[in-house]
Amino acid sequence: MSSTEVKPDAQRRAKPSDELTPETLNKWLYDMMLIREFELRTMAAYQQAKIGGFCHIYIGQEATVVGTFGAVNHDDPIITAYRDHGHALARGMHPNHCMAEMFGKITGCAKGKGGSMHMFDKPNHLYGGHGIVGAQTPVGTGLAFGAKYELEVLGGGTKKVCLAYLGDGALNQGALHEAMNLAGLLSIPVIYIVENNGYSMGTSIQRGTTMAHDLGAKAAAYGIDFLEVDGFDVIDLYDGFKPFADACREKQRPGFVDLKTYRYQGHSMSDPQKYRTKEEVSQFQEKDSIDRLAHLLLNERGTLGEDEYKAMQKEIKEIVKESIKFSESSPDPDVEAELYSDVYANIEPNLSPTRDYNHGAKNDLL
Amino acid sequence: MTTTIADIDIPAPNLTAELPPFEGDRVIQFREALREAMSEEMRRDPRIFLMGEEVAEYNGAYKVSQGMLEEFGAKRIIDSPISENGFAGLGIGAAMYGLRPIIEFMSWSFSLVAADQILNNAPKMLYMSGGQWGCPIVFRGNDGAGGQLGSTHSWCVEALYANVPGLKMAIPSCPYDAKGLLKTALRDPDPVFFLESERMLGDKAHVPEEEYYIPFGQAELRREGDSCTVVSFGRPVNFCIEAADQLAAEGINVDVLDMRTIRPLDVEAIERSLRKTNRIVVVDQSWPFASIASEVITQVIERFFDYLDHQPIRVNSDDVPAPYAKPLEQAFLPHAGKIVEAVKQTLS
Repeated sequence: MSSTEVKPDAQRRAKPSDELTPETLNKWLYDMMLIREFELRTMAAYQQAKIGGFCHIYIGQEATVVGTFGAVNHDDPIITAYRDHGHALARGMHPNHCMAEMFGKITGCAKGKGGSMHMFDKPNHLYGGHGIVGAQTPVGTGLAFGAKYELEVLGGGTKKVCLAYLGDGALNQGALHEAMNLAGLLSIPVIYIVENNGYSMGTSIQRGTTMAHDLGAKAAAYGIDFLEVDGFDVIDLYDGFKPFADACREKQRPGFVDLKTYRYQGHSMSDPQKYRTKEEVSQFQEKDSIDRLAHLLLNERGTLGEDEYKAMQKEIKEIVKESIKFSESSPDPDVEAELYSDVYANIEPNLSPTRDYNHGAKNDLL
Repeated sequence: MTTTIADIDIPAPNLTAELPPFEGDRVIQFREALREAMSEEMRRDPRIFLMGEEVAEYNGAYKVSQGMLEEFGAKRIIDSPISENGFAGLGIGAAMYGLRPIIEFMSWSFSLVAADQILNNAPKMLYMSGGQWGCPIVFRGNDGAGGQLGSTHSWCVEALYANVPGLKMAIPSCPYDAKGLLKTALRDPDPVFFLESERMLGDKAHVPEEEYYIPFGQAELRREGDSCTVVSFGRPVNFCIEAADQLAAEGINVDVLDMRTIRPLDVEAIERSLRKTNRIVVVDQSWPFASIASEVITQVIERFFDYLDHQPIRVNSDDVPAPYAKPLEQAFLPHAGKIVEAVKQTLS
């Protein structure tokens, strides 16, 4: 816009979110509500012992994935850690396949071989779901390297950015620092998004990380652009993140984002949460991102009707309920077909002393 | 060139084709054979890049990649900082994205700091993702004792790493195999751990100029005899050949089987030889406890117990950290003297 169009006394500048249509915002609300409902059902299923292993709940952080995914293209690669159900759903994985994976069923996104921490979705460019803290960050750097290589060496493809999510606990892992050094050095278009919920399991960020009050110092050390952004309001988040991501894409340079968020539930399903007070949790719940967006669309902007909102709630409840039914009624992976499949792509004799490997069932997502 | 990754379709090589003669007069070094394999495949496949410490401007810490920067440019021959966990992980991401990385470890000893990436991510990705993403990547570098490098730089990682399902492991013993096995590794869709030896990089032998692919899981008989089966792989194969020649002078002829790959492991070749010799010695430069030799012997006992006329014997490096002093290091390795003694023991 030219300067003549801006009134000298204008307090309000144009924001990237001004371009978002009411349909997009309604969809964002829908996605955030879907994640929350899904996670509530996940917790219930876990308590009923239908889900095993470790299970990390995303409730409270919904705006994070919805606002950041909204700022990039569908074919930009995404990689994350183990609190990954929200990423899978927001990227477009059908709740049936996400839930069935946790139920350990063959219809799960990883055929029941990965579980809660390993949500992979090739058609939606979600490269996992990774269990070791920080280990996904060099891999995300490689995804972005691959995209840039395709552009520069092969001459095909488009300018992409990879979003590599991590928790604040991963700030202290060597893998992240090696990845950031490589990205800064080789100019790799990966954006490290710290979903900073204040706690790595039971250790507050102040107890685990130096310069916790200014994570930008870490980005500066590697010559990487930095953004600090509020993850409680999805629109503010988008307004901050969209131009940042666009610039990383355009310059084909890395970025580092301190995204302030909060998880309402424990670290995992077995967390008594003695490290924080109920008052602290409710303080954050008061600025809940879903309530805020619903209020904005229903009351302030009036772009979402009360009936439409209720229909949305109803539909989500049904979809999630259906995902439980789908998972319960799906078959277990067949031991004979699946235990020894997906280990090698090129199966040869004598790879194992126990028995030959085999090809199993086709993944439902492919 | 305007190609996307999806446009590139390179069919699997013909692994049943007859291999060119082992003997000939095109004598080059082991390191040149490795370079030839990489360069031939890189010319065919633009998805392949080489990344590692000093691979580009320095021309390779051990001159394996000498001249490759000049031919392929800085976008494909890439110097990394000393950051093994970082660049190994970068390679894994690039492989998932559709490229074909070669990640060079100056020494496999240094891969220990990248263990999480190379053991947790590369070999398990296909399984964890329910078959959605494999990891076509080659990790390669020097393995085993160099020359008086002391304990931290003399790692034999084969026993540690071959334990993990999902990876393949090739360990060439001569320049001919270095080229043929590396070319096969670069065309395989699974992660391949390719173990070289600093002590062999200068070894010279005939290497065919033509392209050839040595199939994985097919051992090669290096010496023939009916007294005992001597199984090995990588550098110690050369110790076995030395021992076999010493034994032959005494009228004892042994089969020396070069396994070439550990995963897959050609147990049928071992069976064929055992039927004839009924005795086995396994030579492995790993430490003895839970070593590749232990694994080979376990499989022999499980499958071929009835063929055995003597208990199997393993010859490993001594069960101590690799020493610095020359006589200590010499004594530590699974050298020919130890092998001769072990063979004689099976015949006693």
